[in-house]
Amino acid sequence: MKIWHGQFLAAAAAALWLAGCKPSSTPGAGGGDTIKVGEFASLTGSEATFGQSSHRGTLLAIDELNAAGGVLGKKIQLLTEDNQSQAGQSATVVRKLISSDGVVAMLGEVASSRSLEAAPICQQNKIPMISPSSTNPKVTQVGDYIFRVCFLDSFQGGKVLANFARNTLKANSVTVLKDVKSDYSVGLAKFFMEGYTGQGGKIVTEQNYSGGDKDFSAQLTAIKADHPDAILVPGYYTEVGLIALQARQLGLTLPLFGGDGWESSVLVSIGGAALEGDYFSTHFSPDDSSPEAQQFVKHYQAKYGETPDSMAALGYDSALILVDAIKRAGVADSAKIRDAIAATKNFHGITGTITIDENRNASKPAVIVTIKNGQIKYVETIAP
Amino acid sequence: MTEFLQQLINGLAFGSILALIALGYTMVYGILRFINFAHGDVFMLGAFAGFYLAPKIATVVPLPSIGGGLVVLVAAMAICAALGVLIERFAYRPLRSRPKLTVLITAIGVSLFLEYAGQFVFGAAPKKFPQILPVYPIAHLGGLSLNSNQVVVLGVTLLLLLGLRFIVLKTKMGTAMRAVSFNPEAAALMGVNTDVIISFTFALGSALAAAAGILWAVNYPAIDPLMGILPGLKAFVAAVLGGIGNLPGAALGGVIIGVTETLVSGYISSTYRDAIAFAVLILILLIKPSGLLGKKEAEKV
Repeated sequence: MKIWHGQFLAAAAAALWLAGCKPSSTPGAGGGDTIKVGEFASLTGSEATFGQSSHRGTLLAIDELNAAGGVLGKKIQLLTEDNQSQAGQSATVVRKLISSDGVVAMLGEVASSRSLEAAPICQQNKIPMISPSSTNPKVTQVGDYIFRVCFLDSFQGGKVLANFARNTLKANSVTVLKDVKSDYSVGLAKFFMEGYTGQGGKIVTEQNYSGGDKDFSAQLTAIKADHPDAILVPGYYTEVGLIALQARQLGLTLPLFGGDGWESSVLVSIGGAALEGDYFSTHFSPDDSSPEAQQFVKHYQAKYGETPDSMAALGYDSALILVDAIKRAGVADSAKIRDAIAATKNFHGITGTITIDENRNASKPAVIVTIKNGQIKYVETIAP
Repeated sequence: MTEFLQQLINGLAFGSILALIALGYTMVYGILRFINFAHGDVFMLGAFAGFYLAPKIATVVPLPSIGGGLVVLVAAMAICAALGVLIERFAYRPLRSRPKLTVLITAIGVSLFLEYAGQFVFGAAPKKFPQILPVYPIAHLGGLSLNSNQVVVLGVTLLLLLGLRFIVLKTKMGTAMRAVSFNPEAAALMGVNTDVIISFTFALGSALAAAAGILWAVNYPAIDPLMGILPGLKAFVAAVLGGIGNLPGAALGGVIIGVTETLVSGYISSTYRDAIAFAVLILILLIKPSGLLGKKEAEKV
């Protein structure tokens, strides 16, 4: 039933686009006294918590930069459009931002599927686009105008989680419990297994579930009989919370660990005490002691009254990198900005030192956090 | 062996929730000969009713407690019973004289309406269902673990089944239900008010769905507006498997589907879980087209 709905929306979006299509004028080169930057985000709908965080981080960065005098003597104007977390909407709003608002660069999105929808349009119109937190490798493969400021799952799984399991957890054997419905989960599990076995670790078994499942007792009972040292759950927070609860109810005491899909306040509210002593890797920890990070946390709390999460930090860094590139380009011209973003090296963002590599991906560190007394606590940083 | 026993316990707990939902499908089919596809969403509304009521009830009866949990369960059942009656009154009754297909499509419409209105009203993000029952580990025997939630699920399901059996077989209302199911026109001629009986059937089925929703949320405390789709579909399969229109059949079907799925996930792979569950359905229907406990009905020409 969901599928019909999606197709209907896609068809409706296509129809709207055809009806409202007009020849796209060449985007203005930032004439006037502002530089227009577009942002598309999932401000409502199923991924709204991610989209809102990311948007708040981006907005905070732009506000701070404008308060400090803007860039190239001009203020930055952030034009934000909501894609409602729906397929088809990103294409529509990105076309609008480019052709009728004339933005010089684009920021967005959290979800890889929606970044992939907007990227070809930005590429076609030669508008540089920076995704704050889409980890799917395909996003930046769209073309030379598409960048990201987060790490890739090959690094997160093959290096960060594999090193952590081997060196910090000191686990000799791991069972993987992955979501076969999600590309993210399958990919992260695959990278982890390559990295972990390469370091002499042993994968006991691979168990599967499907995103949306509620009952995991069958898989967990099978895992219990195998006696691994730890369980990798490279999934999303709702299922992870339920898996932790059911694992403890079945008497499994070994640690669970996973990737950035765990990060949400919903995780601890569902899993509660069952998650104590479990770990996940992510992009940013508010406990990070670097002065830039601490200042960001302070300003974010002052503005929004809550502690920033990774999505907010990445949204913030995406805007910082873009504005840094505009400054180095010396002119608000899309092609020159693209070249400047591509040349970003050792940029001190709040999520670590970022270098954009030749594939337009970010090379940067990751952090490991743990759940202690219902709070998320910093454990260690793993460098690229 | 302990692993196998553990899987059986897991499967029974999961299957008995499916059984409760399947009863609603089968009752409505028995009386009206149509599949109420919105039934899975009534199950979802039952869980949300519990979610919103629990903090209010907690001000009167402390939660988590057995008494408080029972109040939440009964209140959610009452709310969903009323909802079931409303859905029947406004969506299905006006179409009763129309072809069955019209009502079937309407049921799909009602289902989508409840799912997406639910996303609008409750929000799409999953919500944590509050703890309404205290959880005790009952047994840890040589790796076998049984907790009070699983016992509560099995116990409540059994009690509700017995209650339903009593209503259908021993009360005047139940006799009238069976009469309408057998032949609505003849029952009406004998003075049975069919409208009242149909409303009562919807109330009963929806109350059972609400109970299933609460039990589900107690065991899997993340609830969202689309949570009813998959359990609804599986319960429908369970009802067909047991012989649609037959009450013990629906319960048996639910348990078979639950245990099959758990054993397949535990011993083969959860990737093939649904495929194998449906293969079992096809196999049973090939051998016994009316379902396990269904009666063969001669097609009247």
